[in-house]
Amino acid sequence: MNAVLSSLIILAISGLLALSFNRFAKLSNFIGALGVVIASILGLGSIFVVYKTNNSSLNIPWLVPYGTFSIEIDFLSTLFLFPIFIVSALAAVYGFDYLKHYFGKKNIGRAWLFFNLLVASMVLVVISRNAILFLLAWEAMSISSFFLVLFEGEKKNVGRVGLLYLIATHIGTLFLIAMFVLLSKNNGSFDFSLWQITASGFLPSIIFICALIGFGTKAGFMPLHIWLPEAHPAAPSHVSAVMSGVMIKTGIYGLIRIITFLGIPCAWWGYLLIAIGIISGVLGILFALAQHDLKRLLAYSSIENIGIITIGIGMGVLGMSINNPVLTVIGFTGGLLHLINHSLLKGLLFLGAGAVLQGAGTREIDALGGLFRKMPLTGFCFLIGAASICGLPPFNGFISEFIIYFASFKSLFGSAAIALISMIIIASLALIGALAVACFSKAFGIIFLGQPRSVYCQQAHEPGIFMRISMVILASASVLIGLCFPFVVGFIGKIISEITGKPISTIEMPLLNLVNPLIYIVVGVLLLYIVILLLILLRRIILRKVEIKPVLTWDCGYMYPNSRMQYTASSFIQPVVDFFKGILNTKKHVVKITEYFPDSSYFKTETADLFSETVFRPMFKFLRQMTEKLTWLQHGKLQFYILYILFTLIALFIWKL
Amino acid sequence: MYTKILQLVLILILSPFLFGVINKTKAFFAGRKGSPLLQLYYDLFKLLGKGVVYSTTTTWIFIAGPIVGLSALTVAALLIPFAGYSAVISFDGDVIFFIYLLGLARFFTVLAALDTGSSFEGMGASREVQFAVFAEPALFLSLATLARVTGQVSLSGIFSKAVITSWAEYGPLIYLIFGAIFIVFLTENSRIPVDDPNTHLELTMIHEVMVLDHGGFDLAYIFYGAAIKFWLLGTLLMGIFLGTSSYGWGQDCIIFILGMILLAVVVGVVESVFARFRLLKIPHFLIIALALAVVALILTMRP
Repeated sequence: MNAVLSSLIILAISGLLALSFNRFAKLSNFIGALGVVIASILGLGSIFVVYKTNNSSLNIPWLVPYGTFSIEIDFLSTLFLFPIFIVSALAAVYGFDYLKHYFGKKNIGRAWLFFNLLVASMVLVVISRNAILFLLAWEAMSISSFFLVLFEGEKKNVGRVGLLYLIATHIGTLFLIAMFVLLSKNNGSFDFSLWQITASGFLPSIIFICALIGFGTKAGFMPLHIWLPEAHPAAPSHVSAVMSGVMIKTGIYGLIRIITFLGIPCAWWGYLLIAIGIISGVLGILFALAQHDLKRLLAYSSIENIGIITIGIGMGVLGMSINNPVLTVIGFTGGLLHLINHSLLKGLLFLGAGAVLQGAGTREIDALGGLFRKMPLTGFCFLIGAASICGLPPFNGFISEFIIYFASFKSLFGSAAIALISMIIIASLALIGALAVACFSKAFGIIFLGQPRSVYCQQAHEPGIFMRISMVILASASVLIGLCFPFVVGFIGKIISEITGKPISTIEMPLLNLVNPLIYIVVGVLLLYIVILLLILLRRIILRKVEIKPVLTWDCGYMYPNSRMQYTASSFIQPVVDFFKGILNTKKHVVKITEYFPDSSYFKTETADLFSETVFRPMFKFLRQMTEKLTWLQHGKLQFYILYILFTLIALFIWKL
Repeated sequence: MYTKILQLVLILILSPFLFGVINKTKAFFAGRKGSPLLQLYYDLFKLLGKGVVYSTTTTWIFIAGPIVGLSALTVAALLIPFAGYSAVISFDGDVIFFIYLLGLARFFTVLAALDTGSSFEGMGASREVQFAVFAEPALFLSLATLARVTGQVSLSGIFSKAVITSWAEYGPLIYLIFGAIFIVFLTENSRIPVDDPNTHLELTMIHEVMVLDHGGFDLAYIFYGAAIKFWLLGTLLMGIFLGTSSYGWGQDCIIFILGMILLAVVVGVVESVFARFRLLKIPHFLIIALALAVVALILTMRP
């Protein structure tokens, strides 16, 4: 506990110091990054202490009305603290190099202040046990990330994006305030430790819906996600890695935490979560596929993965409500492990995207190509991340998706309703998996392979040493975690025991079902590595004496193929995009060729967000029209405003009398 | 255990033979004499001894494509049962591992194709990932339906002799699944009516065009991988088709191998009497597979 508190203090102090040494960009940069790294090492230490000695908590009375400074680290918190500390520390190490680019142009101290505050507030969110403290941390998290999104505020559109993010996140907070008021009114306290709803009726469901909207906005559930693909790309890349990798996971944390207070969940909560998961997963990856901006693509892919996580959580909740231990335990295990995996993977991919952005100077996929020759290490790390996020063996992404599939396959034999929902989950995961392969083979293949598509690629270079270190650590984590899953399952059992409130002995039985297949998969993965090595060896031996001839790519006998003849990202995905045009609604801008000897022509596609175009834009337009009718109240005369306040106070007095 | 390893060896040795059977069948329909039954073996040996030519555009991904592809398919061969007898590795949920290994092979083949920077290979890669979008859910749904019917969640369990005893018992459900898997089988192995392995016009090919720039040693890996993939997915079909009573291991194996040869003949016949679909129609064809699997699934919901 002390370790976490001191890591919070270090984060705050180093942030402030970085700000105060703002004039000396180098020093400020160093202090900011070092603070996060030290705080993270301390924090990770505290996780291992909790793992050894169970929960630890701290309660300090506080002057804030209804608030107590009440914090606790339990197993559920540690599950979230782990990626927060790891990804933030590596993002900070990466940012140390990344921000050098901006020395003299940007306020480095301010960037570190908000980054460190963001990390501190995320930690506080997952350990606070008082509604007021939680909301304060939640707001600090939103505000600090808002300022980080505005880092390059002078660029076109970034201001608008920041505003969108601010509004979206506060609509979410509004629902959270309502939810906390309902919960604490029912229990007579704002402290989490005293909350336990046993009341039946509508109340738990209303609280659940508020939590779903409030936390779902942060997590990026479709259709509440519209801010996410705008805000994440706008932030500097190491911040995008933290936002997409860990910040949106605090939404999932909140949802799970609230569910633990609500007693036995209703079955429809589980069905609703699964439905949201499937919609977010399928639509998320479809829209990711259609993007031309690398960071936007990754942001949509985060929505997809949040969808997969939500499917797992939804199965767990459904299992709790119908008292099906296999579904509960394996569903939660899959969802929670995918959460950890996605944190590391999306961190890795965003860091890779940042290296591409800084090396080549653009994130337009169609302007890149052939970067693998210039940036072999970045390319290799990105390849591992891409294969893993598609859920391909032998990497970690496969294992967590496997567990969710496994839960569905195990539930095929029960009643027709559960079997049907399992089938739908299996089909959706298969569809998501195949689309993800299309999406990431496009992202990796077009950016890193082939020939350079524009002058941007000429000056491309590997990033600084610290940026490389962060990426290599995350990539090796992805390979290693793929091998050590059977051994962490016991730890997950403790977390699930906390969520469901069931004794650990009832959790272990269904988990044992899972351990055996996981060990076999590790064996299979090791065999895969061995076969790959053998085939490489065979190739070495046979080709030892053979001369390898370099030639041009075969182009039907036409000499000198050039880079503009290559397939582009748009042409690569065109068949899929055309097939799903009813959903994607991709706009094509094209100059038709009519002459026999045509002039210059061009072709461009863009895919706007479905919900932001069909739901939110009309809704906000309507709201604006309605509120415009009230402008007579807002006439700018101060005396009248004071009068309004007076009237309100009098009305409140009368109401209370 | 020895018999299991023997089964694996049989798969690895026999799978190129089926391509010879297909070509003989096609030659018969065309009134030609055709290439020898063992032609693919000759080709493999010849290719292994040849040199290699690499485009200046390519990186090591181009070399890794065939290696990872063949490795993934070899490991997948460890999971596939033989003649209804358990595979070398069998565990609950190996169905998922199996399909994702095929996915890994696809991912690296696609990347190796994009590595050449050729528009033809980009075209093939683009089609390959598109068709997988429909084929993969169809295969998953078919196998999940079989899992529900048989009460097993491992490939060896689903396709063991003891479980699927007769077509009559399961009725139309099994025909539907057979149809769905057959369509996926033709697609994944790039056979007519989806893809034509013999065409020499780059614009119309899918799998062949992705490996257009591979030659020599690497091409041998690719051909051998394709042969293994044909056997693996063919086993899913024959496992349903031949799921009758047991005559002892040796005879069962002979019957199963004859079954696989029959499948190769059927593919040869299909290739001889059908034309290729237009590319735009192929998603519709695959959606038929999806629809068949869904109907089969609905049939399993009967109380």
